[in-house]
Amino acid sequence: MKVRVDWRASLALVGTVVKWLSVPLVAPLVVALYYGDGGIAAFGATIVVAFTAGVALESLGDPEEMRAREGFLMVAVTWLAVSIVGAVPYLLAAHGVPGVLPATAPGSTLANPVNAVFESMSGFTTTGATVLGSISFETHSHSVLLWRQLTQWLGGMGIVVLAVAILPELSVGGAQLMDAEAPGPGIQKLTPHIAETARVLWLAYAGITALEIVLLYGLHVGGFAPNMGVYNAIAHGLTTMATGGFSPEARSIEAFSAAVQWLIVPFMVAAGTNFALFWHVIQGDTQELFEDAEFRFYVGVVGTLTALLAAILFTGPALGLGDAVAPVAGNAEDALRHAAFQAASIVTTTGYASMDFNQWSQPGKMVLFVALFLGGSAGSTGGAVKMVRWLVILKSLKRELFVTVHPDAVQPLRLAGQALDERGVRGIYAFTAVYFSLFVFGTVFVAIDAGRIQETVTGFEAMSAVAATLGNVGPGFGIVGPMNSYLPFPNSSKLLMVGLMWVGRLEILPVLVLFTGSYWQS
Amino acid sequence: MRILIVGAGEVGSSIANSLADGHEVVVVDVDPERVEAMTYSHDVLAVTGDGTDLEVLLEAEVERADIVIASTDDDETNLATCGTVNTVSDAFTIARVKNTTYLDTWRNHRGAFGVDFMVCTDLLAAEAIVRIVGLPTARDVDPFAGGHVEMAEFEVPLDSPLAGQTIAEADEFDELTFVAVIPESANAAVIPRGDTVIDGDARVVVIGRPEAVREFSGAINPVEAADDIKDVVIVGGSTTGELTAELLVERGIKPRIIEVDQDRARELAERIPAATILSHDGTDPEFLTREHVQNADVVVATLGSDERSLLAALIAKRVGATRAIAVVEQARYVDLFETVGVDVAVNPRQVTAEEITRFTRERRAENVAIIEPGGAEVLEIQVDEQSVLADRAIRDVAADLPDGVVIGAITRGDDYVTPRGDTVVHVGDHVVAFVRADAIEEVTAKL
Repeated sequence: MKVRVDWRASLALVGTVVKWLSVPLVAPLVVALYYGDGGIAAFGATIVVAFTAGVALESLGDPEEMRAREGFLMVAVTWLAVSIVGAVPYLLAAHGVPGVLPATAPGSTLANPVNAVFESMSGFTTTGATVLGSISFETHSHSVLLWRQLTQWLGGMGIVVLAVAILPELSVGGAQLMDAEAPGPGIQKLTPHIAETARVLWLAYAGITALEIVLLYGLHVGGFAPNMGVYNAIAHGLTTMATGGFSPEARSIEAFSAAVQWLIVPFMVAAGTNFALFWHVIQGDTQELFEDAEFRFYVGVVGTLTALLAAILFTGPALGLGDAVAPVAGNAEDALRHAAFQAASIVTTTGYASMDFNQWSQPGKMVLFVALFLGGSAGSTGGAVKMVRWLVILKSLKRELFVTVHPDAVQPLRLAGQALDERGVRGIYAFTAVYFSLFVFGTVFVAIDAGRIQETVTGFEAMSAVAATLGNVGPGFGIVGPMNSYLPFPNSSKLLMVGLMWVGRLEILPVLVLFTGSYWQS
Repeated sequence: MRILIVGAGEVGSSIANSLADGHEVVVVDVDPERVEAMTYSHDVLAVTGDGTDLEVLLEAEVERADIVIASTDDDETNLATCGTVNTVSDAFTIARVKNTTYLDTWRNHRGAFGVDFMVCTDLLAAEAIVRIVGLPTARDVDPFAGGHVEMAEFEVPLDSPLAGQTIAEADEFDELTFVAVIPESANAAVIPRGDTVIDGDARVVVIGRPEAVREFSGAINPVEAADDIKDVVIVGGSTTGELTAELLVERGIKPRIIEVDQDRARELAERIPAATILSHDGTDPEFLTREHVQNADVVVATLGSDERSLLAALIAKRVGATRAIAVVEQARYVDLFETVGVDVAVNPRQVTAEEITRFTRERRAENVAIIEPGGAEVLEIQVDEQSVLADRAIRDVAADLPDGVVIGAITRGDDYVTPRGDTVVHVGDHVVAFVRADAIEEVTAKL
């Protein structure tokens, strides 16, 4: 069999990205120096590892040979490689290297390499599913917990998009690479140069992140958020706009005041919005935002779910829909806040929790379970199926009904008046079918795998765990609830979930294509 | 007048025939046989040659012509002819085109391509069809002030809700001015007052924003007639069919279009979202029955070929459609179509020839529209320091102007200003005014 893909070129470019990963690794190193917390050795060593591995990969081939096919391979492998390198500081901090590096987090669950890779993949893919046994500064240093937050921020707008923005060698094939990585069907070029587009997206992303950090810290200074210090403000700013969901607090956002919870809601909604729309708003064209079909649908969905959840939380016990959840039932502000927070968090696939929604009654949990599949907008940092696909599917179902009555009718699907290409519609159907096939397959695998080690995992828990990792959401229900972790699963299940997070982030098809014979041959 | 017609096809010879009586007509055509036929059958001078060739035009004494009509079947030839004529002559140029994009450009930038007046064959045919369907269309629409203002002349049908109303009752539109009423029997336009009654079959002339003019067009629409006609089926997605559908959509009707070619059907579906597009053979009776074409109020056959249009119209009638209109390219088949059962046959070339003839008779200059009968004019003036209007309120100017003038609209830059008594006109504003024939001289001098 003759391989027709110049995999050396792809790996060389992966090397470039890995090499540059040593730059953001400096941030946790600085934090380690500041707190004197012993992460110094772990991060120092990882910078060396990333740089050497990167340079070694770069020497494999010539990135000039990049074509469309090499692009798919490059993007898929980049995310794998970055996650593996990102796991190195976790391992080093938990284990140390006997005789060379001292372990800085004795008894950490990250000593298991599978756990370390899981945590790293969960970070970069902005999933937010965790396998840390206990989240506290006693078991994990400030620097390690900050690295967790930072991986999400880097993965949020996309590592490859960032690479296209700053590396001149990616300027030509960049559109192809961004297309394989960007959430949603197809990318929008905002400017003639793709690198310029990538820079615009990252600037908007970084700008809104900075705004949130300032506002969060402002609440602290204003006396509305006693525990939102500089460290926490930065840590949560990094994972809100990335729709990540990691928090250095064990109780997630429940640990903060109502003011903080209210402030985070609009930022989560913004994170699930197509960033290209922010560019138009910055250009002074706010109409573009409010006339965007997907944005209107997205806001409508979040609003409807909020209303539904608020009603369930507020009146739940009175209607006999399960137990009263103190202090929410009967308290309008509490009910509305927790409903809005959880709806925004799960729809945008952020995965924060303002309370343990595991305690909710069954109807409320069912609503959130459905929300696991919705996802943010195309071109946002959110995961799952995405609003635009649901919108197109709804419209095409309506068309199917019409065509059943009028078999000869020709009716293009329209988004905001613009007719859609039928091939694009077919792609959306294919994506959704594959997405749900993976969900079913994953659920069965996880259920059987848990039974194998006599771990009790209910069907609902298994489904929520698979949906939450495939959709890059993070928390599910029961044992994988927002205040729990993915630790109880066997290594085999965790590795499957690492795979689900990986293909989920890259929207499945660009990764699946690598497993077909026709990709590798002529 | 001396009129030069380039292209002696059906349109050209029809125009020549209509105008030969009162005018000196010269016809130019590339085909010697046609030229010879013209010489003997019509009272005109015929010249053989290419209308885009300056030598040929000079031989036809273009410099003496008052009007040049380019009416060949080829758009580009017609545009090039007008451009060529402009190099040696000040004659008023009229071009016939099929492509509606040329028409759009010309409407927004008058004088584009060196054309003073442009007619679009397919659009005229579509307008004729829509009129026949039973919906009033303006007899005449002229854009002013770069398209920000429109002058439109409508016929008010007897059963229109407007018939019998006074101007004050009918005037529900802020950005529209009633400038003239032409009673059916009268021989000149009357400047209306609030209590002037609009009789059925009278014509009204309005000046206003294009959107308001379109709304007004809807208001004229007889209520019952509009209710009667809901279901229009267009068989054949030709350009005429597409334009007809667009005009119907503008009038609140959602037509169905049957087009056999998949790609063309998709194209139509993308361009006209309000219409339902069916991709099937429009001459298949089983399909027509399945889609309930028998319940259609009107079926319009625009298949692009006379035989197929005839067949489609007859089959539609056969399955039970109330009325069938067919487009027929060959003028000589019009009678035949109507004899065998098609209710109305529309010949685009004939419609075009009629329009050009009508226009030539009511000859008008740039930014001037002439209202017949009576010779009143709608004209556009840019206000300068010398104008009596400069920096004065309209109420104060009234005493200085004759009775026969109505200020219909004002534009300031890209903004539309509705003229009221207290509106102050600035230097640089464009004013569109209706002027009765007897006042033209005085008004032109003072404005």
